[in-house]
Amino acid sequence: MSGKVIIDMQHINKNFYIGTPNELHIIKDMSLTVTEGAFVSIVGASGSGKSTLMNMVGVLDRPTSGDYILDGIPIAKMSDNDMSDVRNRKIGFVFQTYNLIPRSSALKNVELPMLYAGMDRKTRTKRAKELLDMVGMKDRMHHQPNELSGGQKQRVAIARALANDPAMILADEPTGALDSATGRMVMDLLHKVHKEGGKTIVLITHNRDLAAETERIVTIKDGMIVSDVSNKPQSEEKVEASCS
Amino acid sequence: MFLKENILLAIAGLKSNKIRALLTMLGIIIGIGSVIAIVTIGNALTSSVSDTFSSMGANNILVNVTEREADPYRGSSGKMDDEDLISMEQLERFQARYADEIGAIAISIGSGSGKVKDGRRYANINIEGVNEGSKDINNIKMQKGRFLNAKDVSASRKAAVVSDKLVHNIFKDKTDPLGKEINIYKDDGVDSYTIVGVYKYEQNAFQGGGQTTSDQDLSTTMYIPVTVAQQTAENQNFQYFMVKSKPSVDTAVFAGTVQKYFDGLYANNEKYTCQIQNMESYLAEATSTLNTISVAVAAIAAIALLVGGIGVMNIMLVSVTERTREIGTRKALGARSIYIKMQFIVESIIICVIGGIIGVLFGIGLAAVGVNLLHATLKISIPIIIISVGFSMCIGVFFGYYPASKAAKLDPIEALRYE
Repeated sequence: MSGKVIIDMQHINKNFYIGTPNELHIIKDMSLTVTEGAFVSIVGASGSGKSTLMNMVGVLDRPTSGDYILDGIPIAKMSDNDMSDVRNRKIGFVFQTYNLIPRSSALKNVELPMLYAGMDRKTRTKRAKELLDMVGMKDRMHHQPNELSGGQKQRVAIARALANDPAMILADEPTGALDSATGRMVMDLLHKVHKEGGKTIVLITHNRDLAAETERIVTIKDGMIVSDVSNKPQSEEKVEASCS
Repeated sequence: MFLKENILLAIAGLKSNKIRALLTMLGIIIGIGSVIAIVTIGNALTSSVSDTFSSMGANNILVNVTEREADPYRGSSGKMDDEDLISMEQLERFQARYADEIGAIAISIGSGSGKVKDGRRYANINIEGVNEGSKDINNIKMQKGRFLNAKDVSASRKAAVVSDKLVHNIFKDKTDPLGKEINIYKDDGVDSYTIVGVYKYEQNAFQGGGQTTSDQDLSTTMYIPVTVAQQTAENQNFQYFMVKSKPSVDTAVFAGTVQKYFDGLYANNEKYTCQIQNMESYLAEATSTLNTISVAVAAIAAIALLVGGIGVMNIMLVSVTERTREIGTRKALGARSIYIKMQFIVESIIICVIGGIIGVLFGIGLAAVGVNLLHATLKISIPIIIISVGFSMCIGVFFGYYPASKAAKLDPIEALRYE
């Protein structure tokens, strides 16, 4: 993989004010760098600051202090609208609860980020169909979310995350709401996106087994990185074994 | 921004919750519907009233002898003497003085009511003594024969012009009524007249509606020469008459001249004076009354629209809360605040415009029923429909703006976490 840096966080702090004397220091002087094509997992117990970190990595929130450069774009002092544009073009979200837009077909859901990017109808429909084909949902592209199973919804969500060819996929507990077999299928799909598409993937999870599948495991505790280890991903044989 | 997508999305949303959408629209439907109904009925009434007035002659002037001041304690003294009324000689002098302005003069003396009998057949009549000018001024439409002429009047001929209804009742359309003699039975005796003409009976708007009498018992007017009526009348002179100005004359200005002329004539009469009225002033008065009613009802409709708009705002606020997660997701996927705002404003506009269109249809239906009951003609005003739909659009923008801003301001992190 090339050495291009996708996430470059330097000395990030995040404080929350709940009345003047009570200042919560959630993220403490954290620095994190992720290079292009990496598959990183961020692990931590609840209350560790994992969600706050994820919000900042996902450009949903600004750090109180410190610098964050995403794919060459400085984020820390951006306006809300510019943050929206960065999320739209640079980040593909995969949520635990899928968050598909109700009453919109799978196709419309995948088209949505491209719509916000200002892509014309023909191009976005074509691309949305290709992406749905890639995740194996082509035959259900006109179904609405309430007509799809959990695994199917998550596959549509992954297709949607890839819509604008983002710099990274940010997956927040993507298997958290699924049974183990379906969860396995979703993880395999993420591996496929990583391997075949060469996408940078950041996986947020509290599940150590899932984290063990990734190339690098970053562990968070009390707003600080307590360990950051390279991990030899488990053999393909094991992944395939658990899949079947 | 993404107008087509937003419209389709809004319609899909409304379809998924039809009852709620309908209830939300109800205020708008009632508001717009009542505006359309009232305006349409008002227009129909105005045009029917002005039709009636112009059929009565918009350039007619009524000269009427009235008491100067009705004494509130003694009340009206009632009986008028011939010296207080307008004599034939005065009329002739008046006509000669303004020969260039006057087209015709109509005088009339009521001669009571009676019955025309022929064996078992009968017809009710009101007898009115008139002159030759009455045909034009009262807009009497002849069907057969002729109207009374100057010779009938000067010679006091026992000639009569009767209605087609009377002819139908008495002659059953079998015999030609012209030249036939008919017997008039009144309380004070029997008299006979020769029919010289038949006019077409017309119900006017003021007698319409409540008229329930059958054709058989319908009382129509029989015109006889005024000189014949004078023979049995208490007063030989006239309490009122009508003047029709020539087409080239400005009726309102001429009415002022006539007023001055009769003011001079009655200057020395302590008890009585002459009042001049022209139909144009009646028409203006009737139209302004109708307009006042329309404005009052429009105000009530505006309140209905306000309430309807608040209903829309309320449901939009509920919708924003319900769809917090959706809003969060959209923002995470890169929707700018303005896109979210537009989405909700478009939805609010769609609700109001659909409500407005249903309201227009409902209002036209209501107006059709109302206009039918009032025996007027339904006229649909396209500008009013366009204004109504445009106005409901404005309500959509106005009452959708706050909920839409609320949605746009949501913090994506909070919104995504919302349960």
